[in-house]
Amino acid sequence: MNRSLLPALPALVLLVAVFLLPVLRLLGVSLEGGTLDWYAKALGEGLYLRVFWNTFEIALLVTLFCLLLGYPLGFLMATTTSGWATLGFIFVVLPLWTSVLVRTYAWMVLLGRNGVINRMLVDAGVITDPIPLLHNFAGVLIGMVHVLLPYMVLPIYGAVRKVDPAIPAAAAGLGASAPGIFWRVWLPLTLNGIFAGCVLVFVLSLGFFITPALLGGGRVIMIAVLIEQQVREALNWPFAAALSAVLLAFTLVVYTIMQRVSRPERAQ
Amino acid sequence: MRAASAELRVEGIGKRFGDVVALDRVSLEVAQGELLTILGPSGSGKTTLLKVVAGFEAPDGGSVRLGGAEITSLPAARRDIGMVFQNYALFPHLTVKGNVAFPLEMRNVAKAEIDKRVTEALAMVELEGYEARLPRQLSGGQQQRVALARAIVFNPRLLLLDEPFGALDRKLRETMQLEVRRLQRRLGVTTIFITHDQEEALILSDRIAVMHRGAVQQIATTTEIYERPANDFVADFVGESNIFHGTLSAPGTVTLLRGGTLAVRSDKPVGAGVGVLMRPERFGPSGANRFAGEVIESVYLGTGFKLRLACEGGIELLVRQPARGPLPTAGARITVGIDPESVHVF
Repeated sequence: MNRSLLPALPALVLLVAVFLLPVLRLLGVSLEGGTLDWYAKALGEGLYLRVFWNTFEIALLVTLFCLLLGYPLGFLMATTTSGWATLGFIFVVLPLWTSVLVRTYAWMVLLGRNGVINRMLVDAGVITDPIPLLHNFAGVLIGMVHVLLPYMVLPIYGAVRKVDPAIPAAAAGLGASAPGIFWRVWLPLTLNGIFAGCVLVFVLSLGFFITPALLGGGRVIMIAVLIEQQVREALNWPFAAALSAVLLAFTLVVYTIMQRVSRPERAQ
Repeated sequence: MRAASAELRVEGIGKRFGDVVALDRVSLEVAQGELLTILGPSGSGKTTLLKVVAGFEAPDGGSVRLGGAEITSLPAARRDIGMVFQNYALFPHLTVKGNVAFPLEMRNVAKAEIDKRVTEALAMVELEGYEARLPRQLSGGQQQRVALARAIVFNPRLLLLDEPFGALDRKLRETMQLEVRRLQRRLGVTTIFITHDQEEALILSDRIAVMHRGAVQQIATTTEIYERPANDFVADFVGESNIFHGTLSAPGTVTLLRGGTLAVRSDKPVGAGVGVLMRPERFGPSGANRFAGEVIESVYLGTGFKLRLACEGGIELLVRQPARGPLPTAGARITVGIDPESVHVF
């Protein structure tokens, strides 16, 4: 036990010092004065419940769209020739190495009232007035799906790669149509990758800050944006701490449930 | 066995991968109920041919007909062919029953009928009671049986077996070979069996098609393949052999390129360049053709001796003898003989 833990010690010390202790202190701050008043406020007032609900809804939709876009992409990358797969990897992974801030600003340029997309649509005569894409729900969704897509694609790619190509071939040989092969073979065999991707994207969405802050323009408030406002503008640290604790608890609950649901024996 | 009753007819199938010719106008026929083995080393094109027949690979040219119907461009799912893959390709997430029921479910067979046929198929491969197991809870031999049950449960027109015994240990492999043979006869299902193991091919087949470099070298019954191979490759690939080349210098006489003559039986024209094949077990203490030589290697095999002899004229012979008396040691001089009837000329 001691010997096996030894190599992990530096990382553990670091985690305890810079993560666990601050989190505990945060919990302490949220209970300042020995009352649960801040929690009552966070969970009791309609305004704040709405923010939690907003966050949950956005995280759910982002996960859904990431799955719908990410599954075909990950599947294609895993089953195509290595040249195309490499190209796919470049497109998927390269954004991961780019700052979220940069990518979010890029979306602002694209989505704005006079942005690239609206200009093209107007010039092409598809629409007469620019459609609102920025500082609203749609903008936040588009930006977050883009930023989080790799976290969906990569686990799905891995899951598809793990399937022996003879298995879908066998299904075809036994009389399964293309949709039959998908529902009866590919889907169950890649369920683990789907779950992993969904957990990653959903959990990351819950605490997302920069993208909703910039693309939401103050009109779409997610929980992380609210916390930041409480710290920076309202200087209400205990309330910010209570909100953070609720978010953390919620995230842990979601994570635990999803871990339970994804049955490890599905893995092959 | 010929044209009229051919169940599978493959004609002029060609397939290239870039510059590599995988199949060079391959033609063969399999009769109803027959077990044809396609035998060849790896890279000979046998797996590509199987994929073309199964519908996993489209040929560049030629046609595949099954039961009189043209299926060359029919997708695999509609060919009505059962296949056992090299590594079985069982569905890892489905139980034994789920695996065997799969082809029936894809054909929308009624539930009660599925239950009945799955039970029958599992009984045939002696796997009753394993219905609820997952593939990874089974041994290699059991997985093999499941794959077999899954391939026959829907009564396919054709059964394809792609090196199915490769992953099994020797003893289990022999058991499975005989079992597959028995099952195939009982069901009377037309079968193509792919292997690189010539011994396995001889045990299982009605006929063997030997493939090399994308072309069929010879299609014949097992005894014909072994006793009267058509060329060097077949003679060398199937069984142990002593092969020499020469000319038929007179009726019944071959003059070897290395010098010396052999008495043979052959109706080839005098003057023809020929190959001669002498199987190691055909040598005896006497015979019209006699070879005196020095033992350079001797191996005791239990059932007999295997000797390597260096004879006059630089001829090296592989000889098998029954294990009588002491094992000749290296350096010993012995004489062996072979009758003209036992020398095959091709």
